[in-house]
Amino acid sequence: MEEIFGSVKVKRGLAQMLKGGVIMDVTSVEQAKIAEEAGAVAVMALEKIPADIRAQGGVARMADPALVKAIMNAVSIPVMAKVRIGHFVEAQVLEAIGIDFIDESEVLTPADETHHIDKWKFKVPFVCGARNLGEALRRIAEGASMIRTKGEPGTGNIVEAVRHMRMVMDEIRKIQNMSEEELYVEAKELGAPIELVKEVKALGRLPVVNFAAGGIATPADAALMMQLGADGVFVGSGIFKSSNPRKRAEAIVAATTYFDDPKIIAKVSEELGEEMKGIDIRQLTEDELMQVRSE
Amino acid sequence: MKIGVLALQGAVSEHINMVKSLGVEAIPVKTVEEIKAIDGLIMPGGESTTMGRLITKFGLENVIKERIKEGMPVYGTCAGMILLAKRIKNYNQFSLGILDITVVRNAFGRQIDSMEVDLQVKGLEDPFHAIFIRAPVAIDLGSDVDALASLEEGVVFLKQGNVYASAFHPELGNDPRIHKMFIESVKSFLNK
Repeated sequence: MEEIFGSVKVKRGLAQMLKGGVIMDVTSVEQAKIAEEAGAVAVMALEKIPADIRAQGGVARMADPALVKAIMNAVSIPVMAKVRIGHFVEAQVLEAIGIDFIDESEVLTPADETHHIDKWKFKVPFVCGARNLGEALRRIAEGASMIRTKGEPGTGNIVEAVRHMRMVMDEIRKIQNMSEEELYVEAKELGAPIELVKEVKALGRLPVVNFAAGGIATPADAALMMQLGADGVFVGSGIFKSSNPRKRAEAIVAATTYFDDPKIIAKVSEELGEEMKGIDIRQLTEDELMQVRSE
Repeated sequence: MKIGVLALQGAVSEHINMVKSLGVEAIPVKTVEEIKAIDGLIMPGGESTTMGRLITKFGLENVIKERIKEGMPVYGTCAGMILLAKRIKNYNQFSLGILDITVVRNAFGRQIDSMEVDLQVKGLEDPFHAIFIRAPVAIDLGSDVDALASLEEGVVFLKQGNVYASAFHPELGNDPRIHKMFIESVKSFLNK
């Protein structure tokens, strides 16, 4: 009986197990425990949440491996961590300590402005951000096992995540209506491999799990993304920048499961305390935007 | 015949597609009323702690237990197996307490230890290509629990009365034999 480790099925499979769930950003063991107790399907171990990265500026890098390991030891759910775009050594480090999932993330300062990580070389699965179908398929071609919308991280503003999810869904619908011979030019225009474009047409969806991320702050935000077709949600700054993280986290978990039941969303949305303040995206300058980092 | 897949979280659509490919109706279920109206229940893989919390928060515990008592067949994969167990080693978390087993969570290690392997399964002629993802195993099986497949770490497929549980994920592959086995038990439940 030969065992096969790190196969496509095993890597994409973990993402499939996260569907319908909420992945929460945490910066300490204490926050990770709160997230697990509130029903998170996984936690993202970070040094700083996106809102603080945005506020403090400077170069944002992979978290201290000691912090990541402490969080891995503290919870029984999968633990993810972020690496800079193109920084394959940060990814090697996280794989070496046994991380469950790596986010090659635009939230950190990119290490390579041209190349993303060759993710096929790793046994650990990767998630990458995308604003449209072309970006999503390029990341999948590089070996990503999961896609998420980029949104605009650390803003508490859902508008960009909505834009990106709608864009991906619209482009998938467009491909489904195309004839086979039209797919070649479409692949060229998307900048994506023809095989993946054909697969999208056949499946009517991305060949990997597609989560929403960037700006989700309320239960209704999470349910909105689910109704738009997301397979699940990441909540970054929205939980631990609010006044009652535990209650808000539980409410977002419930609203993600019962995304199509407004009565339940209404009930769990009551008296959650103050939410994170949020930023109007139009007040950000071009170089303050994280979503434009590396396509 | 209508099979429900518990749709609180996890690999729901994969099970639905597998059951549908066998010509049987399958729907996601997440309310008491929906669970009352099905003939068989699949509890999918996902995060057992998350699903456990949602089962208690939204009052689904009693209806699932009652339906199992009535004889409705249930099949739990991975997290589903954990949620059906009587005992969970080292973790203090919710479970329905149906299967007389002790579940060891993450028995193989972390995600990098997740794997595919060919398994000998009792009742199946050829080996079953099984996909394990941060999988549990069962140990300390009660006398009325049948071990149907095992690895070094413990039992990975088992049956107790009308309840099946596997540590691996047949819904991620394209071999329908285990789902067929389950559908057969739903058929005999309906014929009773």
